[in-house]
Amino acid sequence: MSDVFNRVKEIVNSYLEIDADKIKPESKIADDLGADSLTTMDIVIGLETEFNIEEIPDEAIQKIVTIQDIVDFVEEHQS
Amino acid sequence: MRRVVITGIGIVSPFGIKNDAVWDKLINGQSGIKNITYFDTEKYPCKIAGQLLQGEEDGAFHAEDFVSKRDQRMMDTFMVYGVAASQLAIEDSGWAPSSDHQYERTGVMVGSGIGGLQSIEETAIDLYEKGPRRISPYFIPSTLINLISGQVSIKYGYKGPNHAVVTACSSGSHAIGDAFRLIQRNDADVMVAGGAEAAICRTGIGGFCALRALATKFNDAPEKASRPWDKDRDGFVMGEGAGVVVLEEYEHAKNRGASIYAEVVGYGMSGDAHHITSPPEDGNGARRSMEDAARDAKINPEQIGYINAHGTSTPVGDQIELRAIKSFLGEQGAKEASISSTKSSVGHLLGAAGGVEAIFTAMALKTGVLPPTLNLDNPDEECQGLDLVPHTAKEKSIEYALSNSFGFGGTNASLILKRV
Repeated sequence: MSDVFNRVKEIVNSYLEIDADKIKPESKIADDLGADSLTTMDIVIGLETEFNIEEIPDEAIQKIVTIQDIVDFVEEHQS
Repeated sequence: MRRVVITGIGIVSPFGIKNDAVWDKLINGQSGIKNITYFDTEKYPCKIAGQLLQGEEDGAFHAEDFVSKRDQRMMDTFMVYGVAASQLAIEDSGWAPSSDHQYERTGVMVGSGIGGLQSIEETAIDLYEKGPRRISPYFIPSTLINLISGQVSIKYGYKGPNHAVVTACSSGSHAIGDAFRLIQRNDADVMVAGGAEAAICRTGIGGFCALRALATKFNDAPEKASRPWDKDRDGFVMGEGAGVVVLEEYEHAKNRGASIYAEVVGYGMSGDAHHITSPPEDGNGARRSMEDAARDAKINPEQIGYINAHGTSTPVGDQIELRAIKSFLGEQGAKEASISSTKSSVGHLLGAAGGVEAIFTAMALKTGVLPPTLNLDNPDEECQGLDLVPHTAKEKSIEYALSNSFGFGGTNASLILKRV
């Protein structure tokens, strides 16, 4: 697993407090991990801070379904 | 008219979170006032408060015992206190709805004076330092006062009236009074009602310091700082926590064999129409509030055996309340009634004060013990001829007791409880 994945996993888990083993690249953030829309936005802020991303646009957030989607986005935009 | 009784009490206070232990400390004359440890008080003229018990102390408050770490993200501290006290009160009452109808007839009315001040303070700093993007989506729902009621309703599935009261330091009393009316008027059978506050933070202490409302002469002897009606009083001492009761229609409570602390029989309200922070010299707002409560209870003021006063330990407010009480009780009534301020022990819990003080008033009726007014070493002239239960608790069997709460904006609330 990539370093980015592990960091994403850690952040997501700090918001959701679920069994960390449940967080896999293919996990759906809403359906599998139980995050509602507010929690998802909270996680986004955490990701922006952790990866020093200025602002993840709403269109990009809407496209994020799985953990792998986050990892891809971060790897593309990390500064 | 439907009768309303208290069948559960939940308290989160500087004396802990266990009802019996809190009451024991109160009637044994202990003080919950200590040095503030939440932030560096060096630049603040007031350095003391009634914080909740911490760490390993018996009765210490641990947020995670009531609200998961995850859910704490969506609740300011005041909300966690309110949800915790509601849980304690509900468990104490034993009320567990089992049908849709019962869920729909159970409501929540827990207020606060200020609400999510700590989150507002912290978010403002984040906004200044990091910009608007870093504001949490939970910021707004974590600070709104009615979200205690919202959270309790969601947690327990209560689908009755979902409401909250905001009347500064009388929020808790108004919430209980309004919930009492809702049950009387058949809008609900059971109401979870009270108040919560968590303002021992930089803006909270700094803000009340700016008003010159806090005690500042006793930073080296915190337990002596809250001294209602004493000549050396110089302001109130802030406390924090929550006081919540389960109110229930009398037959409903009897049918399920619930144990009853006391009956709520009267509720009075008034406005001073005078000044944002000071009551009028003659205390007519406070007097009218008490008179309305007595009229509502259909009793004469002389029948009141105990008054749990607002008595905050401020120079002007204390005197005016006594003036109002004397005028309300009349000469004979004032000789016979006992009056005390439990703020001398736990401080002023602001929007939670009415909640915890209604609980203390109910306990006084139930146990026949009146909690003392601590630090009343040199009573003010206004105290002459009154029994203010100085220093030590007093055994006295009473039938009716009244609890006063007054708030900024010139708002007054009085509740009358009856021994059952």
